[in-house]
Formats: sequence, structure tokens, C-alpha cells
Amino acid sequence: MIKKLHLPLSEKEILDLRAGDQVELSGVVYTARDAAHKRFVELLEQGKELPMDIKGGAIYYVGPTPASPGRVIGSAGPTSSYRMDPYSEAMMKEGLKVMIGKGPRSKEYKDMLVKYKAVYLSAIGGAAASIGDSIKKCELICYEDLGAEAVRRLEVENFFAIVTYDTKGNDLFEDGIKQYKK
Amino acid sequence: MREVRVSEITDKIEEMFIDACRNIPCNILASLKEAKEKEESPLGKEVIERIIQNDELARDKQLPICQDTGVAVVFLEVGYDVHFDGDIYEAVNEGVRRAYINGYLRKSVVKHPLDRVNTKDNTPAIVHVKLVKGDKVKIDVAPKGGGSENMSLVKILIPADGVEGIKKLVLDTVFKGGGKPCPPIIVGLGIGGNLEQSALLAKKALLREVDDVNEDPILAKLESELKEEINALGVGPMGFGGTQTCLAVKALAYPCHIASLPLAINIQCHAARHKSYIF
Ligand code: SF4
Repeated sequence: MIKKLHLPLSEKEILDLRAGDQVELSGVVYTARDAAHKRFVELLEQGKELPMDIKGGAIYYVGPTPASPGRVIGSAGPTSSYRMDPYSEAMMKEGLKVMIGKGPRSKEYKDMLVKYKAVYLSAIGGAAASIGDSIKKCELICYEDLGAEAVRRLEVENFFAIVTYDTKGNDLFEDGIKQYKK
Repeated sequence: MREVRVSEITDKIEEMFIDACRNIPCNILASLKEAKEKEESPLGKEVIERIIQNDELARDKQLPICQDTGVAVVFLEVGYDVHFDGDIYEAVNEGVRRAYINGYLRKSVVKHPLDRVNTKDNTPAIVHVKLVKGDKVKIDVAPKGGGSENMSLVKILIPADGVEGIKKLVLDTVFKGGGKPCPPIIVGLGIGGNLEQSALLAKKALLREVDDVNEDPILAKLESELKEEINALGVGPMGFGGTQTCLAVKALAYPCHIASLPLAINIQCHAARHKSYIF
């Protein structure tokens, strides 16, 4: 069964999510990858504000292809999330609640999700054309010089994702692999 | 002597990269469909189904399959009797430049690995040239994504490590990579040669058709055993657990020094994009 959810998620919705749940998200997510995260953390270290309000919000780790004529965005699948581990605590301190990417992340990161009551979801790596289709609006926020890595505000509709680490410390990768290891 | 115009190579390279990024090879799609049938995990099945739907949508709407349209890898086999009327490397790079700009592909190359400024046209390509008999030019293009390349490695084993040593390192590498290289993956192995030769062999092994059978019986056996052992690791589609971690293992070998057993492991994600053309 697929849960349909609207962003931003309420605290109850976040606490109710369990690793393995399939969801379809609608609402606003911001894009950011390594280079943008590095700049965010530098801003925070200088006591400055982030270029967008991330409180209660969601970040999708993606560097899309350029939009071809008539499209909102190009293909837009997730990038590997572990590269964002060093920056994630600073972001969660600012109130970030939902992170969407692909692949396993560090133990420290999983512990932070429990502490900050946040969740990590996976989009399907390489399913980028389909994901691009679920993005209905795309607006540049900042760091245009970073090209594909610029920060964008996306409005998504029925964006498919799988809850991977939840607020109780459950880990879909660990549990799933254990179950099928022969 | 056959005269080949480099401008024609440029046009072809442009067309091939755009084609490769949008149209997954039929046998990869067939292999994904077979994996979906075999997958024991319901979530794993769902993931493969969505990958298949994506690849079909990309083909129907002519969109890039994956946003990571990779580094442009080009293999050229050039006949001794071919004469180019200009700089072949520049011709290839111009084709790549046009493909990535005109085809709305992502530019993922930085000019220097340490200061990391994007070249904005995905050049330079990585070009491997081999001289062969005849008067033809064979072109293979393979846009290679970072997620799976990052999970690859080269190690010089010793002869005593043998087949068991090779298997152990491959299994460890795939298990550690988990969901990061976007499984179901294809594993390319380069065995023998030396440091750089093994890496090149592993990359070339990935150019083989996913459903072919190795002519070398020793490698054919290694490939089929490893595929089974990798799938028993439980990693599964996107690393969520399952029985279909790997679509195929492809190995190539080359003679090597009496003291060494070089092994390169090149991981290819399910977006196994590759096109071939003979001029
Ligand atoms: S590993 Fe392959 S499928 Fe996954 S994001 Fe990279 S290029 Fe795309």
C-alpha cells in the first residue's frame, strides 16, 4: 500500500513513518547536493541565514539534466546520500525534517534522525525520467553558478519514495539484506 | 588507404551519446524483466518494475534514462588502412560537446580534480584507441555514471589468491557498495595484465552484451558462479534486500607477470548505456 502525504509533514506523520513504507509525496522540496550543502554550512557557521526556510521542510539530493523545451525540469533521479552526511546535522538543527536521496548512510547519521525526529527516504536511483514527470514546478533559488547543483524549489505531485531510516532507528537496508542473505 | 572525414565521426558521436542516454539496450531491458520475475522480495520486485517503467518512459518520450549522463567514455578500433583528415581526438570531443549541449544531457565533468570547476560541456571524453587490421573504424560509446564508478576498484592480488581470492574481493566490494551503485548491477572484471591493463579490461568487459557467454571456459565458469554468489548476498534492487543484485558478471583476462594477479572490478549500474557503430 502506498501512503499519500502532503509536505510539509506534521510531527505525527513523521513519527508514524516506518522503514519500508512506500509513500507518494506532494508539495514543496528543495534540491541540494554536496556543493550547495557546503555553502549552507559555511553560512550557518558565519551566523547567517539559509537562502530558504527549511524549518519542517524537505531536501532532495538531485542534480537534474537541463529541461528540454516544453518541460519543467529534465530527468531528476536521486544522487548518493552518504556524501551529504558531514553536513546533515547542521541542517537538522535548522529544522530540516525530510531528506530524500539514495543508498546507505553512516551510523552517526541514523542516530541523528532519532535525535532530531527526522526521516530519510529513498527515491529509486536511475528512475530519473519518471521522477522528472512528478515534478510540476521548478524555480531557481540560488547558486546558479553550480549548474546542475544549483538550489531549486520544486513542487512535486505523487513523488514516489521509500522510507529507509525512520525516527525509531529502523534501517531498511540492514533489515532487508538480512532477510534475503543466503 | 581509406580516407575518413573526422566531421562524420563528430556527427556520429553526437548522435550515439544522445541515443545511448535515452534508449536502454533491448537486452538490458529484457534482463531487467527476467530479474523482476525472479526477485523474491516484493519491494525488490516493485523497484525493478519502476526501473523498467522509467526506461520505457525515457524511450517513449526521448528523455535521459538517468540524470547522471556520465563521463563520456569512447572506444575506437581503428583499421591500419584508415587515414583521418583531421584530429580524431578533437573530433570525438566536439561530438561529445554537441551531444551534451544539444541533447540536454547533464554536464558532469570538472576540469581539475582538485579545484573542481565544471567544463560545462562534459568534455574531455575518455578515449581509448586500438589499432586493428582493415580499413574500418568501430566506435563504442558508454556514458558512465559516478554512483557505480565510485564503487569500483583495482587491486593487485598474488597468484596464491587464485579464483577464491578474486571471488572474495568481488563479493566484499559488491556487499560494501550495497544500494549505492543502483543495483541490479553488472560487474565488469579485468583479470591479469598489470595495473592499467586490468582496469581497461574491466571497462571493456562491460561493453560485452549482457546475455552473451564467455568463450573462455574458465571465465565462463567464474562468471556464472560469481553471479549466483553475488545474488546470495541479499543486497537486492537498490540495496533494499532481495535476490536480484546482479544481472551479469562479465570478465576479460590478459597474460600477466609470474608474480602478480591483477584484478579490476568495474561496477555498472542498471542504467547500462552503450551504443556501437562501425564506419
Ligand atoms: S549509478 Fe547509474 S542509475 Fe544510479 S544514479 Fe548513477 S548513473 Fe544513474
